[in-house]
Amino acid sequence: MDITLKVNGTPHAVDVDPRMSLLDLLRERLGLIGAKKGCDHGQCGACTVLIDGRRANACLALAVAVDGSEVTTVEGLAKGDDLHPLQAAFIEHDAFQCGYCTPGQLCSAVAMLGEPGPSAVTDDLALDPELTPEEIRERMSGNLCRCGAYVNIVKAIAEAAP
Amino acid sequence: MNRVEGRVKVTGLATYAAEYPVEAVAYAYPVQSLVAKGRIVRVHDAEAREMPGVLAVLSCEDPPRLAEDADAELALFQSRDVAYRGQIVAAVVAGTYENARAAAAAVRVEYDPDDHDVALRSDHPGFYRPDVVNPDYPSDTVKGDVEAGLAGAAASVDVTYSTPVLHNNPMEPHAAVAVWDPEGRLLVYDSTQGASPDRDTIAQTFGLPREDVRVVSRHVGGGFGAKGSTRPHAVLAALAARAAGRPVKIALTRQQMFDVTGYRTPTIQRLRLGADAGGRLTAVEHVAYEQSSTLVEFAEQTATPARVMYATPALRTAHRLVRLDVATPSWMRAPGECPGMYALESAMDELACALGMDPVELRVVNDADAEPEGGLPFSSRNLVMCLREGARRFGWRHRDPEPGVRREGEWLVGTGVAASTYPARRRPARAFAFVRDGDYVVQVAAADIGTGARTALVRIAADALGVPPDQVHVELGDSDLPEAPVAGGSMGTASWGSAVVRACEELKRGDGKEGRADTTDEVGNDARLARHAFGAQFAEVRVSSVTGEVRVPRLLGVFAAGRIVDPQLARSQFIGGMTMGLGMALMEETLTDEEFGGFLRRDLAQYHVPACADVPHVEAVWLDEQDGELNPMGSKGIGEIGIVGTAAAIGNAVHHATGHRVRDLPLTPVKILSRF
Ligand code: FES
Ligand code: FES
Repeated sequence: MDITLKVNGTPHAVDVDPRMSLLDLLRERLGLIGAKKGCDHGQCGACTVLIDGRRANACLALAVAVDGSEVTTVEGLAKGDDLHPLQAAFIEHDAFQCGYCTPGQLCSAVAMLGEPGPSAVTDDLALDPELTPEEIRERMSGNLCRCGAYVNIVKAIAEAAP
Repeated sequence: MNRVEGRVKVTGLATYAAEYPVEAVAYAYPVQSLVAKGRIVRVHDAEAREMPGVLAVLSCEDPPRLAEDADAELALFQSRDVAYRGQIVAAVVAGTYENARAAAAAVRVEYDPDDHDVALRSDHPGFYRPDVVNPDYPSDTVKGDVEAGLAGAAASVDVTYSTPVLHNNPMEPHAAVAVWDPEGRLLVYDSTQGASPDRDTIAQTFGLPREDVRVVSRHVGGGFGAKGSTRPHAVLAALAARAAGRPVKIALTRQQMFDVTGYRTPTIQRLRLGADAGGRLTAVEHVAYEQSSTLVEFAEQTATPARVMYATPALRTAHRLVRLDVATPSWMRAPGECPGMYALESAMDELACALGMDPVELRVVNDADAEPEGGLPFSSRNLVMCLREGARRFGWRHRDPEPGVRREGEWLVGTGVAASTYPARRRPARAFAFVRDGDYVVQVAAADIGTGARTALVRIAADALGVPPDQVHVELGDSDLPEAPVAGGSMGTASWGSAVVRACEELKRGDGKEGRADTTDEVGNDARLARHAFGAQFAEVRVSSVTGEVRVPRLLGVFAAGRIVDPQLARSQFIGGMTMGLGMALMEETLTDEEFGGFLRRDLAQYHVPACADVPHVEAVWLDEQDGELNPMGSKGIGEIGIVGTAAAIGNAVHHATGHRVRDLPLTPVKILSRF
C-alpha cells in the first residue's frame, strides 16, 4: 500500500506491506536505526518516537496507520551539530550504559516535558504539577532500562527541563 | 571524561547487530518446538514454501551441514530429538520480515511426544554430584566437622532458600546478520560479549578455519551474560544465508529470547550455620540444588561464596544437579555469587537474630584473614571497612533491631544489610598500539556491552602512554583485531587493560611508533592468591500492610574493588547491578510450565524488570583500595558485584520491617500478605 509521511522533516512516499509496523518501516526500509526494537509489543518503550508531536510506541503503530503523519525519531532531535539539551544532559550525567533504551528515553522525555496535567503521583490535581523527581520517574516508567541507568536518567531530565 | 561513544548513542547512530546496512538482506524467522520432549515425525513445510517471498525452509528433513562436534545447543536441525519446549526446530527465510514470520507460522511440525520432566524439586531422584562447577571449581568441599560445630553452637539456623528462573533480558534482543563471500568466508554481525570467542565457536560449529570467520559487534545492547557464549541465532543466520544464497538477518523476538538465549538456573539452597555466644561461626554448610538440560551440563557455582566469605573451623559446600527437559541454563550477572550470596547473607541475618546480635557486627567478628576454604591469603580484603563505612553513611547505629515495630500509616518500615563479593580474575589477551596521524590507536577485540569498555581502555592507554585521553582512540568489537577474552566474569577490563598497558609500554620502549603485547605468560605467572572484591549493601524498605507491596526508598552500596579506573563508569555499573538486584528481590521470576514444558511469562509485561518509578534512590561509593597483586591498573572487576547481596539486603529489611521471613524470591505482595 502506498503511504506518505514526513520523518524528521523529510517527506517519504513508500509502498508498504500492510503488516509492517512503523518501527520496521523506519529501521528496515528508511535506514533510520535510531528507534530500537526491544519487545515489539509496546512493553519496553525502546521504540518511542514522536508521531505528530506526541510520544508513541512505533512498534504498536502499523505503517499504514501513520499515512500523512509527521514522525520525529531520535535522529531528528539535534539541530545539525548542536545536540538537543536532553541529549547533552544524558551524556553529561552518564544516563545510559549500553545505549539501547536511550533513543526511546530521549524521545519520551522530549514529549513528556511538554505534557500538561497531573499524573498518578500528583497530589493536587487542580494544578499543573511541578516536575519533581517523583513526577519524572512516574512519567518515564514506560521506558525500561535494563542497564539500570534510571537514577542518572532522572537527574539528566531534571537538569534539561525548562 | 564522558563516554567516548556517548554522542553516537544519543543521536541514534550507533550500530547494533541488526542495524548494519547490508545489500539484499533476507530475513529468517525460527519455528520453535511445541513439545518438551519427543521426536519430530515430520516437518510439513509445503504450504510455507509456496508463500510469497519465501526463499528457503530449514529443518531436520534436510539437515544442513554442520561440524559433528558442534555444541548440542548450536547443532540446529541435526537431530529429530526435541530436548525442550521452545527449541528451534525449523526456520523460514524470506525477502521481508513480514513474509518470513507469516511463513514460519504456516510450518507444521508433527511430533511423537514423550512424557517430560521439567520441575526442579528438592526430592528429585535424579540429583547427582557434577565433577566440577563453573568455571572449574570442585563441586564439593569439606573442612572440619560441621556436625560437631553445629552441636556445640550457642545458636544455629537450618534454613532453605529458593530462587526462581531468572532471565537476563538485555534490552537489545539477540540479533545477527550473516554474509558469506564467494570464497566461502563468513562475516557475522552479532550481538555478542566477545568477538574472538564467538568467532571461534562459529568456526567450530561450521567446521571452518578460524581465519575464514569474522565477527563484528561494535555496539551491544546489554548482555549480562546472555550474550557471553554463542547463541543459536548466530548459527541460524549463517545457515539461512548459506541456504538462501543471500545475506540473512535474524532478530529474535523478546519471547524467543526466553527460550534460546539462556537463563539463571532456579536454585534450592539449604544453609546450616552455627555460632558461639560471641557470634563466632562454629560451622557453615551450604548445599545448592539446581538444574541443567539433557543436552549440556551447566553447573552453576552457587555455594562457592561460602568458601570465601567467613572464617569458620568447619565448612562444607556442595552442589547437586538434575538434568531436566529444559533449555540449558547459562550465565547471568554474577552466576553463582548472586543466588548463593542471597541465601548465605539471608541466613547470616537469621543467625544474627537468633544470637540477638547486630548483623553488621556478626559479619565483622567473622571476617577471615585467609580464604576459609584452602587457606590462600587474600591479595586484599576490605569487607569490614565497607561494612563500617556503609553503616556510618546509612545511619545504621540509630537502628532499633526489633522487627515489625516501625509503622507509618499503612507502611511498615525496616532496614537490612548484606555483604557482597566477586572474584577478581584476568585472562590472557593481546593488544596492538600504534601511531596514526599523530594520535594513538589501540586495538583489542574487546566488547563494550554498556560497561564503558571503550572509555575505560582510552583512560588506561592514555595513562600508560602519558598523553591526554583525547589523543587515544580505541578500536574494539571485531574478531580481526588482536584476540581478547569475553566481557564476562568481571574480567574484561582487567584482561584487556593488562594487554593494552603492555602494548603501550612496548610502544614507548621501542621506536615510539608501535607496540604489541600478549599477556599469556604474564597472566600464567600470577602468584597464587585469593583475589576478590568485597562490598556491603544497605537497604531501607517500606512494606504496605494493606497490599503487601514492598518499596525500596533507599539502597546504598559500599565497595572495595581495587583502584577504580573511571569513577563515572564505575558508579553506573554499581548502581546498574544494584538496580537489577532490586528486580531480583521484588519482581523477577520466570515460571516453568509444568504441564507443557518451557517457560511462562515470556515477555516484559509479565517478566517484570524494575521501571523508573521502582528506583528512587540508589547510591554507590567505594573505598580507595590499593592492591599490587592484580594487574597493571590495580583494578578489580565491577560489572557483577553490584547485584551480589542486594536481594539479601532487601529481604533482610523486609524481615526487619514486618517480622516475617520470606525465603523464596521474589518477595511478591501475595507472599508477604499471606504472612500477616
Ligand atoms: S519495542 Fe516498542 S515498546 Fe518495546
Ligand atoms: S542503557 Fe542499556 S538498557 Fe538503558
